[in-house]
Amino acid sequence: MSHKTLSGPQAPEANLDQPLYTPIKRRSFFMYAGATAGATALVLAGCKDDNNNMPGMVNVGTGDVGVLNYAYALEQLEADFYTQVRMGSYYTSSATAAEKQILDDLYYHEVIHRDFFKAAITAAGATPIKPLTTVYPAGTFSSKSSVLATAKAFEDLGVAAYNGAGQYITTPQYLYIAGKIVSIEARHAAIIRDLVKEGDFVGSDIVDIAGNSLEMSKAPSVVVATANTFLADGSKLNVSGLG
Amino acid sequence: MNFFDILSEIEKVDPEVYGRLDSRRSIFKHMSGVGQKLTAAALPLFVGAVFNKAYAQTPGSLAVNDVLNFALRLEYLEMYFYQQRTALTGLSSVNASALSLIATDEANHVKFLRGVLGSAAINDPTAAAFDFSGGKGTATGPFSDYRTNPVTYLALAQSFEDTGVRAYKGAAPISSVMANKTVLTAALNIHSVEARHASHIRAMRRAGANNSTPSQGVAVSPYSSAPKSWVSGTDGGGAVPGTTNAIYGAGNSSGAGTAANVTYLAEDNNVQGGVTLTTSTSPAFSGFPTTAFSEAFDEGLDVKTVATIANLFVVTGNNLFSVYL
Repeated sequence: MSHKTLSGPQAPEANLDQPLYTPIKRRSFFMYAGATAGATALVLAGCKDDNNNMPGMVNVGTGDVGVLNYAYALEQLEADFYTQVRMGSYYTSSATAAEKQILDDLYYHEVIHRDFFKAAITAAGATPIKPLTTVYPAGTFSSKSSVLATAKAFEDLGVAAYNGAGQYITTPQYLYIAGKIVSIEARHAAIIRDLVKEGDFVGSDIVDIAGNSLEMSKAPSVVVATANTFLADGSKLNVSGLG
Repeated sequence: MNFFDILSEIEKVDPEVYGRLDSRRSIFKHMSGVGQKLTAAALPLFVGAVFNKAYAQTPGSLAVNDVLNFALRLEYLEMYFYQQRTALTGLSSVNASALSLIATDEANHVKFLRGVLGSAAINDPTAAAFDFSGGKGTATGPFSDYRTNPVTYLALAQSFEDTGVRAYKGAAPISSVMANKTVLTAALNIHSVEARHASHIRAMRRAGANNSTPSQGVAVSPYSSAPKSWVSGTDGGGAVPGTTNAIYGAGNSSGAGTAANVTYLAEDNNVQGGVTLTTSTSPAFSGFPTTAFSEAFDEGLDVKTVATIANLFVVTGNNLFSVYL
């Protein structure tokens, strides 16, 4: 529920790199919270012919730009996650040298992916989706097991998402860029899985080893069902325009 | 006569059939337009004309089966390479298990691609086609101790996996692949598995072949012998600088085996989609190491450049990869 946005573990300093966004998010939170009762009928009415623009949902749009915004949304989630990881007590007090080196690089890469998409979508003459507000279970950033389990979930999800959305891209250059990023996500996923359990880089939960040894890609609707559990009300994704 | 049954049958052996035809819808359009004018007797002629047009080769662009067969050739190279792992000495058991896992994946990829291609698949080149020492059949190339020395073996493994990642990435935007969503998605689902392999092999090299906790190695610049799990710049020339540099270098961006409007740059590229990525591109990038910007993106390679690299490991006289040169 929405209250997690305000009382959850996301420390105020987590957003120091984006000071302009916080007041907007809080204002929109109160706007939605206050309007909920009166707007219910309107919401339901809206659902009848178009549930793409439900209040509280972020619609990534359609076509190539929709896929780019979908990717931008997932990169926002990952970038925010590693930003908070590096401020959490696992990273600051117990991570090994190798783990810190890896988590630092993942932080750099995902922040670069996030702001690259924002710039690229803008450069393409389209409008990037807004900055998203994340929510995590309490204690996510304080233990090695919870940080790595969440990182594993995000990286595997990212790979499955890019692989599943490639078919919706119509411009070769965009598909090529998605390919340049997804293999980095797969490299991330493999080493994070190894950190969780040595030798688990192609686990049977994500690669069909008993069959064709293909990654098990996921449709956007499946991906956002997971991604939305880490996104606050007002930031949850609607991908019904893709595919 | 059911035209769509014919298409379905062809699709079983040629997954690209709908891509070769203008589109399923346009066939509908043609059919409805001509249906009134053509007699039943003349219909086969019309069908023949549709396929003659569909199967005429577009100059400079590979058909989807050509791309799939190219992928199959690479998977054979990897499969036969990993079959050579059994005489290695000094591998930790966790590392030996990892190589077995990768060997299974590559064999599965061969089987999968053969299944997709059906009768269009190339013949099995057999292990005799390859000389993983890089000696073209003499077995005395720069990697001559690869069968027993895990340092050499893992250097080759990293080279093959990184090449594979670049190959699938470079081929995905080729128009015949993009036109077939089933093939494209399968290719992407192999591509990411190769990237997982590459990441893990790099971890093994970073920590050392006999290490039992390969994830805990620390990478050391210039990342030739203790690489990161991703390519940093051009990794100081790769696992064996001077021999493996091309694996991290630039490709050709025109001719057969390239995608339209795609430029195949070296791994140290930091311009993506027209956006130059440096510490000043975004306030959030302030203080980032400059290497992070190229690390965050892998680069693809065109078919010809990949074939040139792979051909180093094929015996003289075998045209497995030289047909693409």
